[in-house]
Amino acid sequence: MLEEVLIAGFGGQGIMSTGQLLAYAGMQEQKHVAWIPSYGPEMRGGTANCGITLSDTPISSPLVTEPTCLLAMNQPSFEKYAPMVVPGGIIFYNSSLINTGGISVPYPIFAIPANAIAEELGNVRVACNVLLGAYLGYSKVIPVDAAVRALEKVLPPHRHKLIPVNQKALEKGAALGREYRKGGA
Amino acid sequence: MARVLMKGNEAFGEGAIRAGCRYFFGYPITPQSELPHFLAKRLPEIGGVYLQAESEVSAINMVYGAAAAGARVMTSSSSPGISLMQEGISYIVGAQLPCVIINVMRGGPGLGNIAPAQGDYFQATKGGGHGDYKLIVLAPASVQEIITHMQLAFDLADKYRNPVMVVGDGILGQMMEPVDLEGTGGEMAEPSKPWATTGMRGRKERNIVNSLCIVPEENEKNNLQLAAKYGEIQRSEQRWEEYGLDDAEWVLVAFGTVARVAKGVVDKARKEGIAAGLIRPITLWPFPEKAFNKVIDQVKGFLTVEMSLGQMVEDVRLCVQGRQPVRFLGRPGGMVPSVREVYEELKKMAGVKTCG
Amino acid sequence: MAKIFQRPAALTGKAFHYCPGCTHGIVHRIIAQCIDELGIREDTIGVCPVGCSVFAYEYFNCDMIEAAHGRAPAVATGVKRVLPDRVVFTYQGDGDLAAIGTAEVVHAAARGEKITTIFINNAVFGMTGGQMAPTTLVGQKTTTTPKGRDRETTGSPLRVAELLSTVEGAVYVARVSVHNPASVIRAKKAIKKAFEVQLQGLGFAIVEVLSTCPTNWGLSPVEALEWLEKNMVPIFPLGEFRKPAEWDKNGTGEGASC
Repeated sequence: MLEEVLIAGFGGQGIMSTGQLLAYAGMQEQKHVAWIPSYGPEMRGGTANCGITLSDTPISSPLVTEPTCLLAMNQPSFEKYAPMVVPGGIIFYNSSLINTGGISVPYPIFAIPANAIAEELGNVRVACNVLLGAYLGYSKVIPVDAAVRALEKVLPPHRHKLIPVNQKALEKGAALGREYRKGGA
Repeated sequence: MARVLMKGNEAFGEGAIRAGCRYFFGYPITPQSELPHFLAKRLPEIGGVYLQAESEVSAINMVYGAAAAGARVMTSSSSPGISLMQEGISYIVGAQLPCVIINVMRGGPGLGNIAPAQGDYFQATKGGGHGDYKLIVLAPASVQEIITHMQLAFDLADKYRNPVMVVGDGILGQMMEPVDLEGTGGEMAEPSKPWATTGMRGRKERNIVNSLCIVPEENEKNNLQLAAKYGEIQRSEQRWEEYGLDDAEWVLVAFGTVARVAKGVVDKARKEGIAAGLIRPITLWPFPEKAFNKVIDQVKGFLTVEMSLGQMVEDVRLCVQGRQPVRFLGRPGGMVPSVREVYEELKKMAGVKTCG
Repeated sequence: MAKIFQRPAALTGKAFHYCPGCTHGIVHRIIAQCIDELGIREDTIGVCPVGCSVFAYEYFNCDMIEAAHGRAPAVATGVKRVLPDRVVFTYQGDGDLAAIGTAEVVHAAARGEKITTIFINNAVFGMTGGQMAPTTLVGQKTTTTPKGRDRETTGSPLRVAELLSTVEGAVYVARVSVHNPASVIRAKKAIKKAFEVQLQGLGFAIVEVLSTCPTNWGLSPVEALEWLEKNMVPIFPLGEFRKPAEWDKNGTGEGASC
């Protein structure tokens, strides 16, 4: 197994911490993992992205240049990164903010109304974890539970009160992912 | 033991603390900031000192003073800041003091940018400041290796009474990977430093830390002593990693972050039937010439890949001495070569027709 | 028979290399006497500069470090932070401290670094051949101001003691001279205080010492002393610019040596 996941969106959408959550959960599931943030002036606001590699064997290159999975949180990152996804890859996109414009790609692409779901849960900041949940529910790369368990490691102690809402976001997303897997939704 | 996920820049700090370093002097610069942030918090908690200097010039001279006082001491910076430290580094070498210097390299020349680069290879391995000297230069390629290299760096610095530079780049610094801290650090014998200027306190002879040697005959002797030391380091301290080298016909040569890319290339090439391997210099100085001699008769050529216009490739050529072709692929200025572009270059070198 | 005058234990006995009439030797001796009187020789680490006093490590009979030009306060900082219970002093000239090392001394002072700095101001670069220093007087001829220092193009002398007296961490700042016996006695009192400030852990202490350079001034030793008094003292007024607030409260240190 070698998964190279790119998570991309606006700064402030929780891109980096969702990426760290995936990396931490993967590590706890005994995978080899690496997390790399977007680099350069982009760090200072605007777009944000990070790459996470999960593998059964030691990771050669931790740079995610040809993602097997894209989690796109906004329009510009969808447009920029969707074409980079490798054949056989997969995209989950935040359909609350992204219009795919009828894009045609030779791999599965799934709409997840991440912002809408997060707002229903009462905290729009957990939207990115909805997308992560969907990916895990669909792909079963690692169990969603592993990501839930990693929340307390990745969130600083003063944010632990947000664990329940993040957990719900992951689970809601995972349910949607499983539906997609079955061919529904 | 449970592994922890750690950023490379934090690992430099954690590794230093585990190696017994308690003193840090530095000046802020991107992209190494998480390292001083980490140490500013941690060092005072364990009775150490974190001090933000007014410049890199001052910082390296504080390192000089702390090293003279017998401490395990370090500084950290990035390319432009390391340039400013060159004067102090030369003095530290001249006075034969141990210390560790981190360079999280960025794109140059001049202000350049904060993207990952390896354009300081010459500066790190060929001296850097004035005078005839060498630094021991380590180039970790993973967060775990940063931890072990920090211990190694302090040990080598003390053993040879010479500064050790550990080089990385923004990717290595920002990257998070799991590290296993078991077996690192812990109790260690404090190296004896009878030469340190700690105040005489009953010692009969004064200790003097100095690089001034006004009589040319004596200074030549000094330089020859340094040369003997460097000869010993070259014989004893060459380190490298071999990846798929046993039956390799085409050998990639890369260090640090680029070596990770190169491993990806080796994996890809192997899958597609090209017998590729990798020599990853771990010590950039002493350069691991032994690794090249070992495989020179078995291979058909070397492809050196760097995030620069070609610096380490000169050392590769010196090792290979024209016995095999040496090719170079570089991305300067803060660009990172991709697995795909390096693989295409490898195929060209191996004479494999590019499909599509 | 009682010895009433002898070499301080804090001097090695190696003959000074300084030019005839140069006052570096007097200041070395004063520092050594203070170290002896305070009983701190075996706790002391000195940091010497680049300039005429580059060989000071051969003269002070304690552990010594030779620093790069201007960097002594940074080097001393490194030593003091590792060994906070030792005594660390720097000895620097006006090229070293007031030109290339301005940043180092200002920030050591700003940090309130618990070190003692002895600053020799002789209004000229000595070792490199009599060039203009930041402290050179307006109109003073040097090898790089052959027609005299011109205020218009090269500015006017930098008053280091006054400058540092605005810095909170510099708790003891004094300027003294060594051009006659009375001034030598006052200089010694100030230097001793500068070490006491450190021993009491109060902050950064600096004593600027007006000094002669007969060779580069082109004067005889006696003329040089007269020239210092007549020309330098009016531009660089003598006195204590700052004293620790603690001393005003309880008189510690003040009465002990002054």
